[in-house]
Amino acid sequence: MTAVTLRARAEEAFLPPIVALLIALVAGDLLILSVGQSPASVLAMMLQGTWGNAYGLGQVLYKTTTLICTGLCVSVGLRAGLFNIGGEGQLAAGGFAAALTGLALPAATPSVIAVALCVLAAVASGGFAGWVPGVLRARFGAHEVITTIMLNFIILAALNWAISTGLRVPETLHTHDVHAGAVAPLASVIPAFHGSAANLSLVIVLAAAALTGWYLFRTRGGYDLRAVGLQPEAAEYGGVRVGRVWTRALTLSGALAGLGGINFVLGYKHYYEDGFATGYGFLGIAVALVGRNNPWGVVLASLFFATLSQGGLAINAVVPRQMVDVLQGVVIIAVAASVPEVRRVMRFGRRGVRAR
Amino acid sequence: MIIAFLAQTIRIAIPYLFAAAGGTVAERSGIISLTLEGFMLTGAFTAALGSWYSGSPWVGVLCAVAGGVVFGMIHAVATIRFRANQVVCGVAINLLAIGVTRFFLELAFDSASNSPRVPGFSAGVGADGGAAARSGSALPGLFHNPLIPIGLLAIPLVAWVLYRTPFGLRVRAVGEHPEAAATLGVPVHRVRYMAVAVSGALAATGGAYLALDQHQFTDGMSAGRGFIALAAMILGGWDPMRAGVACLFFAAAEALQIDLQGTQALASQFVQMIPYVLTIVALMGLVGKAVAPAALGKEEA
Repeated sequence: MTAVTLRARAEEAFLPPIVALLIALVAGDLLILSVGQSPASVLAMMLQGTWGNAYGLGQVLYKTTTLICTGLCVSVGLRAGLFNIGGEGQLAAGGFAAALTGLALPAATPSVIAVALCVLAAVASGGFAGWVPGVLRARFGAHEVITTIMLNFIILAALNWAISTGLRVPETLHTHDVHAGAVAPLASVIPAFHGSAANLSLVIVLAAAALTGWYLFRTRGGYDLRAVGLQPEAAEYGGVRVGRVWTRALTLSGALAGLGGINFVLGYKHYYEDGFATGYGFLGIAVALVGRNNPWGVVLASLFFATLSQGGLAINAVVPRQMVDVLQGVVIIAVAASVPEVRRVMRFGRRGVRAR
Repeated sequence: MIIAFLAQTIRIAIPYLFAAAGGTVAERSGIISLTLEGFMLTGAFTAALGSWYSGSPWVGVLCAVAGGVVFGMIHAVATIRFRANQVVCGVAINLLAIGVTRFFLELAFDSASNSPRVPGFSAGVGADGGAAARSGSALPGLFHNPLIPIGLLAIPLVAWVLYRTPFGLRVRAVGEHPEAAATLGVPVHRVRYMAVAVSGALAATGGAYLALDQHQFTDGMSAGRGFIALAAMILGGWDPMRAGVACLFFAAAEALQIDLQGTQALASQFVQMIPYVLTIVALMGLVGKAVAPAALGKEEA
């Protein structure tokens, strides 16, 4: 590998997160100043409330777990050249299936088997929710951006119907607690996290991230998937059946989002609640963008956005926590807009060097 | 009964009509309109804000238009000038609208959920519990709110602009074949900026209708209506008049569901699904394929 391609790859990997961090800092400072507070003390407060104590860190890790799943979901789609915006519906479907399985199993089921079955149910139903737009794209040419958005609403309405017609505990919008399949809290391993929502789903999800990386970069199927994403016509010419790869990619993508459902359902509340997935699907796009569609990049980007989200709660006393909602939008727009631009400027710079 | 049903349908359809009219203009110029939801939410908030501080709902409408144009320009500058991916940026605009409206709701009205009662156009649900909307006297009541006739006119107006004016021809040209349009001297970027601004202004007016009809802004008030308008636009094959018919159809289904609510004949959730299911069916090409503008979402002319 030559120095130039190495440098280009380093840029590819580190440019977006650096831009994201800088923009978040600048925009955050401006918002903090606009409400008449000192940025330094608010940022210190934010750090103290997230990474500064075990409870805060536990909450960050909890949010990270779900974000990794929806981030991987969007990333796998994008690697195949497809935009899966259906993460929210797929996540909800996964959580719902995990809860139903946990409710159906007898309480005496050995924990390992129960968790495995619930995880499988979550992955399968998320996968099915991804397979549908995959087939719609491969067989009918229906664009996945639109179909995944529409399926979000369809899935969420269907789940809302299922919950409100009898599966719920009266006067609530959630099911009964699962009988089996609960995932232990992180505090059972590291007692300091006691009281936070963090749980061992994180380990399962990190394993899924590793597996996704292995699949994308170390297997033939992953190679085909990336080839289709880079240049579908060329891949087709090279003997790859593009339609099949699309369907497979969106199925895998949906399955990863579905897996995220276990974090809330099995690890935290132990029931399915209407609306638990709200926002995670769209934030997955931000995570994938900043994480450069790389599984480990996605993990780091999830930590970043989870910190931002938890940090909002930590500063609520002095700055409205809604500030982080603004920051999320600003960061995504800024990264999406500045990365092509910075890359273009850098490319001009390099060309200039060569011309001399 | 029939008249009340029609009146209810039109009331529900107005925000869809505004947003679908706007979305059609932007998409025909080649810019994806996932942003309609965010534009509407922004418009609803700035309308409430303007109406609250000035005491006049018309100032509220102007503020909505301004808010929609500002958000449209953020989207346009990011995607056209800086070539940000239109889907990513569209999603981000929606998130930004949620964030900005919540942030300033907290700052301006010290509330996380809603604004106080602001001056609006109709009697509103607060005064009579919405009884007028359901009673037979609703049809004349439609014209208490001037945004209703304006909304009904927005669709034919956009159709006329798109098909009968030089600007419309340019919009369609840059949406189908920007290189060819540029060769003929059409300023592709400028046309797209204007198209996105128009879509922001129209969708935001739809949002203003929501806020001024209910005399307040509530958090997340657009509630997916921007996506229903998007669905109507696709179902209408990117033609404004047909998109308008789709809006009215979706609204009629909702009005019917409200009428049937007491009878339990049909779960509301399944009525909510109708626009989305129909859109997927339309994209599958089972009932005459919906074909998007050729340059929609493509980077750089």
